[in-house]
Amino acid sequence: MDKIVIRNLDLFYGNFQALKNVNMNIRENEITAFIGPSGCGKSTLLKTLNRMNDLVEGCRITGDVLLDNVDIYGGNFDVNMLRKRVGMVFQKPNPFPMSIYDNIAYGPRTHGIKKKSRLDEIVEGSLKAAAIWEEVKDDLKKNALRISGGQQQRICIARALAVEPEVLLMDEPTSALDPISTAKIEDLVQDLKKDYTIVMVTHNMQQATRVSDKTAFFLTGEVIEFGNTDDIFSVPKDKRTEDYITGRFG
Amino acid sequence: MSRIIRFLVRFSALLTFGVLFFIVGYILFRGVAHLNPSIFEFEYTSDNVSMFPSILTTLMLVALTLLVATPIGVFAGFYLMEYAKKGNKLVEIVRIAEETLSGIPSIVFGLFGMLFFVIRLGFSYSLLAGTFTAAIMVLPLIMRSTEEALLSVDDSLREASFALGAGKLRTIFRVVLPVAMPGILSGVILAIGRVVGETAALMFTLGTATQLPDGLLSSGRTLALHMYMLSTEGLHVNESYATGVVLLVIILLINGLSTFLSNKLTKGR
Repeated sequence: MDKIVIRNLDLFYGNFQALKNVNMNIRENEITAFIGPSGCGKSTLLKTLNRMNDLVEGCRITGDVLLDNVDIYGGNFDVNMLRKRVGMVFQKPNPFPMSIYDNIAYGPRTHGIKKKSRLDEIVEGSLKAAAIWEEVKDDLKKNALRISGGQQQRICIARALAVEPEVLLMDEPTSALDPISTAKIEDLVQDLKKDYTIVMVTHNMQQATRVSDKTAFFLTGEVIEFGNTDDIFSVPKDKRTEDYITGRFG
Repeated sequence: MSRIIRFLVRFSALLTFGVLFFIVGYILFRGVAHLNPSIFEFEYTSDNVSMFPSILTTLMLVALTLLVATPIGVFAGFYLMEYAKKGNKLVEIVRIAEETLSGIPSIVFGLFGMLFFVIRLGFSYSLLAGTFTAAIMVLPLIMRSTEEALLSVDDSLREASFALGAGKLRTIFRVVLPVAMPGILSGVILAIGRVVGETAALMFTLGTATQLPDGLLSSGRTLALHMYMLSTEGLHVNESYATGVVLLVIILLINGLSTFLSNKLTKGR
């Protein structure tokens, strides 16, 4: 089933066109990877899916982005509700300067959950889902900035999961991490796919082949090729895709 | 060459310290001996030249000034950094006003305060006129430190909050404000220091009455003004130095408090 459908999407920053006529269907419970050189628009498209681009001044969008067949740019679509359904993990781990517990509970509290027992449940469940519960269960009161970068990133994933999203957007989630932490997060992403639809921007092509089901290759704001990851990396249809994945540019 | 530079750098550092040490030492040397119990008596008379009413007046003026200037300065800072769009005309106007205000010598504030609050609005020399004048004076200070504090809050924290579906208000109160708090507070404490040490802006607005003000429309004098008056009158120069000692101690306490507060607030981070 298609979770997200993008149709004829153009995006402008002022006069600069950052995305050109993007069309893409993102399927439920699959991992879709966006690859391409820097500045190709892959992060921009990711941020379009939870309307984080609204925060950028001079950003203008035409075309449709449908989540479960409803246009998220439609007039009466609640942005905060959208972002609850479409969670995001950022490139650099960005935990709030508060305790691990409060980090995870921030989202649920935002959406009106106040009961301590319920929050305890959510915190434990989210930390378990993000495969970090065993490491921090005795330190929930500890400030989240005092743990390692790899752990911080998993805290951020747990924080995103705590609001029970349907889609998880990940913007180069391992680019700031060491190889061991990266491997942990890649394993985690594989597990999460059972329950979530995941869209991941990555600079690392091995990562895309390791974790994703579908891959989209971007170049200067256009989707050059989109299809099964296995096909893209073994028999690319477009010459430019081939050049990129064999390391001839980018 | 590097030895010359090293010498110059050391010399400058020592000179700065030396000057401070000399001033503090000199005031202590001249003042401590004259810290008699009589200059702390509750009532001022021309014999005891008590500074006690001035200490209380200083506290009152500081409290009132902060009450007026802190909310306005902090809200204005929040407007500029969190709400206004870039390139907004109003932002430019507010910025220009802020920069101009912070560059104006304090005697000009005093003159304005006298012409506007004291005469035009008929407050006469009073706590109220002094409060408004001092508030205008410290407003840019509080605004600027609020802006700097907000600027230092990493945008990735705001993004994280928005991405969880939090609205603007929640993001500001739960995420931005706690991180910016030490910076905002240090601006407020700087403002306290500025008011405590001010004379020129207050002489013709708060006035120089020796007794404790008995209401908002009554005049008084702050410690710094008291010290200034004693030394210009020339009859109680020793007591003036004693007042200086008390003023110094207060300033040191304020600085200590500011360091303590910002350490306390940034701890656990």
